[in-house]
Amino acid sequence: MMGYDFSFAGASFTALPTGALWWPEQGALVVADLHLGKSARMARRGGGLLPPFDAEDTLHRLAQDVGATGAAQTILLGDTFDDDTAAGDVTCTPQWQKLQTMTQLVSICGNHDPAHGAVDLTLAGITLRHQAAPGCPPDISGHFHPKFKLAGRGHAAFLVGRQHLILPAFGTYTGGLDANSPVLTGLVGPGLAILTGRIARAVPYGRIRPAVRGNA
Amino acid sequence: MTLPPPVLDWFAAQGWQPHPHQIALAGADCETLLIAPTGGGKTLAGFLRTLCDLQQPFAGLHTLYVSPLKALTHDIARNLARPVAGLGLDIRIEDRTGDTTATTRARQRVDPPHILLTTPESLALMLSYAEAPRIFGTLRRVVIDEIHALAESKRGDQLMLGLSRLRSLAPALTVTGLSATVENPAALATFMGGAQVLHADPGPAPDIAMLPVTAPPPWSGAGGQYAARDVMRAIEDARMTLVFINTRAQAELFYQALWDVNDRNLPIGLHHSSLSRDVRARAEAAMATGQLRAMVCTGSLDLGIDWGDVDLVLQVGAPKNVKRLVQRIGRANHQYNTPSRARIVPTNRFEVLECVAALQAVQEGKLDGDPRPAGGLDVLCQHILLIACAGPFCADALFGEITRAGPYAGVPRAEFEACLEFCATGGYALRAYDRWQRLVLRDGLWQLRDPRAARDIRMNIGTITAPETLKVRRKGRGGAPLGEVDESFATTLTPGDTFLIGGQTVRYDALREMVVEVTPQPARQPKIAVFGGLKMSTSTLLSDRVLALIGNPAQWGALPAATAQWLQLQADISHLPQPGTLTCETYSRGGRAYFCLYGFAGYNAHQTLGLLLTRRMEGAGLGPLGFVATDYAVLVWSLDAVTDPAPLLDPHGLRDGLDAWLADNAVMKRSFRAVATIAGLIQRNLPGKRKTGKQATFSSDILYDTLRKYDPDHLLLRITRDQAAHGLVDFGRIEQMLRDRPRIVHTICARVTPLAAPLMLEAGRVPIRGLGHERLLDEEAARMLADAGWHDGV
Repeated sequence: MMGYDFSFAGASFTALPTGALWWPEQGALVVADLHLGKSARMARRGGGLLPPFDAEDTLHRLAQDVGATGAAQTILLGDTFDDDTAAGDVTCTPQWQKLQTMTQLVSICGNHDPAHGAVDLTLAGITLRHQAAPGCPPDISGHFHPKFKLAGRGHAAFLVGRQHLILPAFGTYTGGLDANSPVLTGLVGPGLAILTGRIARAVPYGRIRPAVRGNA
Repeated sequence: MTLPPPVLDWFAAQGWQPHPHQIALAGADCETLLIAPTGGGKTLAGFLRTLCDLQQPFAGLHTLYVSPLKALTHDIARNLARPVAGLGLDIRIEDRTGDTTATTRARQRVDPPHILLTTPESLALMLSYAEAPRIFGTLRRVVIDEIHALAESKRGDQLMLGLSRLRSLAPALTVTGLSATVENPAALATFMGGAQVLHADPGPAPDIAMLPVTAPPPWSGAGGQYAARDVMRAIEDARMTLVFINTRAQAELFYQALWDVNDRNLPIGLHHSSLSRDVRARAEAAMATGQLRAMVCTGSLDLGIDWGDVDLVLQVGAPKNVKRLVQRIGRANHQYNTPSRARIVPTNRFEVLECVAALQAVQEGKLDGDPRPAGGLDVLCQHILLIACAGPFCADALFGEITRAGPYAGVPRAEFEACLEFCATGGYALRAYDRWQRLVLRDGLWQLRDPRAARDIRMNIGTITAPETLKVRRKGRGGAPLGEVDESFATTLTPGDTFLIGGQTVRYDALREMVVEVTPQPARQPKIAVFGGLKMSTSTLLSDRVLALIGNPAQWGALPAATAQWLQLQADISHLPQPGTLTCETYSRGGRAYFCLYGFAGYNAHQTLGLLLTRRMEGAGLGPLGFVATDYAVLVWSLDAVTDPAPLLDPHGLRDGLDAWLADNAVMKRSFRAVATIAGLIQRNLPGKRKTGKQATFSSDILYDTLRKYDPDHLLLRITRDQAAHGLVDFGRIEQMLRDRPRIVHTICARVTPLAAPLMLEAGRVPIRGLGHERLLDEEAARMLADAGWHDGV
């Protein structure tokens, strides 16, 4: 799988090159920000009719990771659905139903899908939630869609700090927020960025540059 | 026709004699294309008939004037005021552009003026209103200014679709096109939907030559700073000089270089499209009122605004295109009967060749130009959506209407249906938005499912797709706006970097809410000035002339001594490109191996050749990292060197896999982005409407990849491929190059060769995301980890 092994808050993880997090001790695959149904929501609002294959593509990739890891449970860290209507549509699809037969889906809710799932979940002393909560015990979250620029190109990235592990967005139709923006450097602090791509690559992250600190 | 007595009297009062073409145009009762040089009284000719007609009372909109530039509409309004006042006409003349206030627009929709001055985009917008039939129903004349410039882009497609609409709404309409000198007037008349061609007297031949310079041009570079003093002398000796430079970044640098030698402190201005509107408006006003002695400008001043007393045009940098050069020359001296004076300043030795070739072409009266492609289907999609905004429409009637537009005369019904289907359902093969169609068919008429969508569709109007830009402001509360830079440039800046904008050096401080904050640094040398911007290609005619010039030492007498020496040096160290041979070189520099091929096949073909070469190099394990194409050559850099170019250039199987390789490339993704924006799949980012966080938006590359995977025959992918085949791919010229020049001359050199040196500095590098890039990523990641003292598994 060409994943990258690291430890966070006393537990061992593998960052997969696809943007999913594998937690072997829990037999859990963790993904964030699937944004299923984004194309349909935009169409409903009268906007451009985007290629309606995003949910299919996202779920196909997720099923591959589930198959490869044999994950007993798959934890969805919120914004799984782009909105509640999308949730109704997507959960009827064969891709979603097939996924349910492969793994136990555990939903945490996000700002796009507040009605879908628990607010948080704690495993081995680590809280899983949609958006990182400063000042709390260590947590794993999504929400920010971090991207890290290396060799002139942006890559969706995991950000690993002492208190917070932030996952990249897994959904096909998702953009990204520069990992070096003050909101993320301030939150995660010095640590690692693990870039997705053909293989997962780690680079140091969050050495605070004077000018960035000055403006944060 | 004889002009009515009041009009003749007005001419006499000005001490003018109407030109024969002005009289002929005023008498024309059918569609007419007027070809006239700058200064030929073209605009007045276009309006003469209107001024004659409006001697009689008229209710409603009589004449619509369309120009490519907002600034032109202001200019025309000012110029028309004189004859209108002189003739005592009681008429209203108003402009309608993106700058017009909402109240004025609303009033114009209810009570249109007699003469409305506008742009293609504003016309498209007005046609999307339900009131369009009432506003335009009375229309008698449409005057399209600078139609040759509009015909060069998709803006022309959009305007011709709009014109076809106008002809349906106003059956009494007559259209007049006004054009500068072009190589094929008949083709331009066809573009208009058919017209008689009227030629004005071309006037005396221009006085054009190379500017004498004290030092030879540098080996490379495109700034022209070496000639700043010579240019300054020329400005001092002239009344008013226009200094044309090809790119915005070069204009900034040259402007600064000019001020460094401006010992007499002459008033010199700067004008380019990255400057803020206020800054540009001030420069334009200063020029119009004669307060400036020179203006450094880019293509932003290419079109015929009357800036007053220009008596010298300087072209700094290769003109790229003989026709554009001739049109720029025409900007000097608006007196019809005296020759225009122009001087060319090459910025490096390669450009000397192009300048000499261009001068020879001008003297021989040779103009260049390629046949115009058929109208873009992406523009047609936008047109269909805009028509739907105006109200329900019948597909048969709309099809009839669009095929009366010149660029769409040959569009098959099936293609129209595909565009309509795209607008209605997205046009996806495997899955449809049955519930959420954009257009629905009710009682035989197509209409918007949700009329509120009209607002978004109108926001997306237009066919100009520019790279995303960020505003630059002085730091501090209410800091003055200085201009805009491309987002890609802004992301390369780190705090403390200095760059040039608006002629001053500024220090980058921070990016705050999508505004680049800077502090002026008067005494500092700038680090960089890169705005991106359009890359102009040299025409085929010029490329061929340059190759012939290089390959024939007997002709070098026409070249400056330094250039001839440079070519001689190239001949001594390596080989000269010759007609009939394909010359290439290998050398290394900075740990990278370079392979340079002198194809002389034009920028687009070289771009494709770069893709094909790197693909084969990838296959051969050479680790290609990227390439850059110019009109004359393509330069590829890789981890390992090319030792035998023959297999790379083997025509056999070159086309195999071209589609697959191209499809995955940045060039295609860039084209797709433009197509998807114009066709209305994605919303363009409007200034002030952007979100600060970028989670919400995602790159069009993702849509491109998704379509390729799930719906490879989708309309927008077809349009992208077609447009690339015409513009970006140009595969036919590569095959022709390999056929016409079968002998490969390959030289392995110790270092950069004289001819290759300018290429090392070319902008527009295309990165290759192959194994070479993966190796680089590994290296860079490892280096950063080592620097930081990190170890795997921490």
